[in-house]
Amino acid sequence: MQLDPVTMDSFSVVLVWTAISLYVLAFIAYAVDLANRSQASLAAKDARQLVGVGARAASPAASEPVVAAAPRYVWGRIGTSLTWLGFVFHLGATLLRGLAAGRVPWSNMYEFAMTGTLLMTAVYLGVLFWKDLRFLGSFMTGLVTVLLGSSSLFYVQITPLMDPLKSVWLVIHVFVASLATAFLALAFALSVLQLLQARRERMAVEAAEAPARRSMLRTIPSAEALEGLAYRFAIIGFIFWTFTLIAGAIWANDAWGRYWGFDTKEVWTFIIWVLYAGYIHARATRGWRGTRSAWLSIVGFVAVIFNFTIVNMFFEGLHAYSGLS
Amino acid sequence: MTAEKGAATARKDTVTDQRTAPQRDGSEPLRPSDHVDADEAIAQPALGFVGWLRWGWRQLTSMRTALVLLLLLAIAAVPGSIFPQRMANPNGVTQWERDNPDLFPVLDALQLFDVYQSAWFSAIYILLFVSLIGCILPRTKHHAKALRTKPPRTPARLARLDDFREDRIAAEDPEAEAAHAVDLAAAQLKAQGYRVERYDGRGAFSVSAERGYLRETGNLVFHASLVGVLLTVGIGGGFAYTGQRVVVEGTTFVNSLLDYSSMNRGRFVSEAALTPYSMRLDSFDVTYQEYGGPGSGQAGDFSANVTVTHPDGSTSEDAVRVNHPLQLEGDAIYLLGNGYAPTITVRNPEGEVVYRDSVPFLPQDTAMTSTGVVKVPDGLSEQLGLVGFFYPTQVPLDTGAFASAYGDLLNPMLTLNVYAGDLGIDDGTPRSVYALDVTGLEQLTGGDTGVDSIELAPGDTADLPNGMGTITFEDETPEGTDPALGYTESVKRFVSLQIHHDPSALGVLVFAVLATLGLLVALFVPRRRMWVKATPDGDGVRLEYAALARGEDPALADAVEQLRAKHRAALDD
Ligand code: HEM
Repeated sequence: MQLDPVTMDSFSVVLVWTAISLYVLAFIAYAVDLANRSQASLAAKDARQLVGVGARAASPAASEPVVAAAPRYVWGRIGTSLTWLGFVFHLGATLLRGLAAGRVPWSNMYEFAMTGTLLMTAVYLGVLFWKDLRFLGSFMTGLVTVLLGSSSLFYVQITPLMDPLKSVWLVIHVFVASLATAFLALAFALSVLQLLQARRERMAVEAAEAPARRSMLRTIPSAEALEGLAYRFAIIGFIFWTFTLIAGAIWANDAWGRYWGFDTKEVWTFIIWVLYAGYIHARATRGWRGTRSAWLSIVGFVAVIFNFTIVNMFFEGLHAYSGLS
Repeated sequence: MTAEKGAATARKDTVTDQRTAPQRDGSEPLRPSDHVDADEAIAQPALGFVGWLRWGWRQLTSMRTALVLLLLLAIAAVPGSIFPQRMANPNGVTQWERDNPDLFPVLDALQLFDVYQSAWFSAIYILLFVSLIGCILPRTKHHAKALRTKPPRTPARLARLDDFREDRIAAEDPEAEAAHAVDLAAAQLKAQGYRVERYDGRGAFSVSAERGYLRETGNLVFHASLVGVLLTVGIGGGFAYTGQRVVVEGTTFVNSLLDYSSMNRGRFVSEAALTPYSMRLDSFDVTYQEYGGPGSGQAGDFSANVTVTHPDGSTSEDAVRVNHPLQLEGDAIYLLGNGYAPTITVRNPEGEVVYRDSVPFLPQDTAMTSTGVVKVPDGLSEQLGLVGFFYPTQVPLDTGAFASAYGDLLNPMLTLNVYAGDLGIDDGTPRSVYALDVTGLEQLTGGDTGVDSIELAPGDTADLPNGMGTITFEDETPEGTDPALGYTESVKRFVSLQIHHDPSALGVLVFAVLATLGLLVALFVPRRRMWVKATPDGDGVRLEYAALARGEDPALADAVEQLRAKHRAALDD
């Protein structure tokens, strides 16, 4: 049976909503997991307060979670399984959309959001094979749910591509930008946790005598280890972003007759690149490592989201894909 | 566990300080004094003028300054995305001025409409690049020397290092076995790309190995390439030119300054720099999405089919398409826009042709409602100016006005209002061909005149008011066209082309790619030191393996363990 594009696209929409529901369930499971960790943390003695934050130094090896490896986080596992399931439906939805359109499924905002969040989930799930970062699960599934859910607001029917979009550079430039965003999202999540963790560590040192309060933060790696992890994701994201910038310039040179013209979207891509270059520098600057550099990573990602949402919708520019008129 | 970790980290700090002070060991990359890996800056009292200069220079080339300038650059770039920029969107600036007449002069004085050429934006990036050059020159010099430096002496107490493994093997001749073990380790490390140096003595044998010099090389290549990008853009811009030209089907465009409607030249581009080729627009293809379907009326698959005459007289056929500029004699030719150019003939009362031209009408919307101006300076009792609309698929609106419903020529219609008087083109004042200044002209049709506007379908002729003559909208359908096609070939099309010459583009690309490669190397090649030490010890040999990371190196502990495992396996063979 040959499915016509319209039917395929409506299947795709059904799959998207199934995926969103599964992500919501995953988010709940992960949230329960965090609550359980928080409870469990009462039992775990806070060893770190004996150390003091003063001894922190460049030691990327110190990234072992303190107790996170313990297998009792059942809800975390349920969350991950649900995320996998959601991912499968999400992947199906994206593939169907691409098949229905007869081109890559990232040519308008609805599709960028669909593919971008798919890559976020993929990167998160892939990273789990390498390191147990399930404590990021509620953040990642939450972010994906919000982005994918609100992207349905921008749902558009499949329309033929505008001429300027008929280019291999659409395939490369937009895909790599989404991939960069996925890595930067993980770095962002880790930087936020790093800030929380650093604050808790500071308070633990100051109030060494006070009874330990419950906190899921006690079950995740130290602020320093989180910083090291965030940095690693950020530099991968940064490399992809650099590539996005260059590929975009090549495409602009073909489509618009110049490789750089300070179009709004170009400006924001540049701003984000410079912010992350600043973040990488901050990590190597005395007095900026730690909390300050984490803020830069956060500002950088806020700019990424701003670029994708506000700039796309409200700023004038060539990236409106108006093409020839 | 964390307590141990913390203690170990603290210990490592002391080791680092002893081992890596730059004055002890030339293989360290040189870093600005406020780099996390650098020695604590020694606060030197500034001595006189030279002292202050030196202090100032050190500040400018510090990590902190680079960081602050980078952040400032990011912030300074933001207003350019909020306010329309003259460079990218001059019409937007005019519009903004009209909407905010009071605020405009203030913001304009702050250069907010020319952000990227503004004094403050330039100041930031120039300072940043001065800092950058001041930073990489000494580091490059230092690195060149470091590349020729031997790996440092093996530390006395390897056990103090963070990543340390210890083994003991039994041996009949401990002395010989220890020497053999270190030989073997040196060979293995060398095979893994380490630079190795033997340090034997004081009753022990050891090899010191270092790898990852490429990391610093990559960092320097990256930063130097950024300078390369900036210089290429700055210098290359002087050799660039961009011109625009409207070409109607069947006409020819000659690449000379005279033939451009507008042209921006870099300061090093001479009049003679343009290659004398010419290009005839044979036809223009476009397809429209079917009426009522998805993306209804959307135009696409644009192709301007041209015949090029090269400077040597040879000709070739080619096409200019979106995303596929035509590369010609070092120029790139882009398709910027397209529209209709109705062919109009004006005759005097005797029936003699006084005017005949295909006049480009500029499209105003996606359904190609277009406006244009016809100026008839000679041959009639008065000069005539005609202002008109062209609708490729004309439909009446409820108000009685016309609109175009579709971009293709399904029901073409030309409407014109006639003005008579002095067009003001004889006194040499440059006038736009797309606008008619009606001051001083008498309106003869349309508006309040009580005379209907002229309405023409292709092939129609109408009388001009006051018996001045006739006007014809020519049907340009080629002979032998299938009548079923209706009007679809009846009006000529025009394209607007951009001819762009920018010798900097390739250079920028090369430097950008170099920067990316440098970045990959700088971020992912680990810089590390390894030591293997064998000490004869009674009836056996004590083997020590240790490593020290230089910068981020998450895989270091694994690397030590792998080295140990491989070494032991080879020893046991
Ligand atoms: C044009 C502006 C600049 C940009 C976009 C930039 C970008 C970067 C990036 C992306 C890195 C990380 C890659 C690597 O480690 O090699 C880096 C590292 C570095 N940059 Fe820059 N940089 C700029 C200017 C400067 C300046 C002015 C200095 C000197 C003060 C400097 C000194 C360094 C140093 C020492 C590192 C190594 C950091 C480390 O040890 O991890 N950079 N820079």
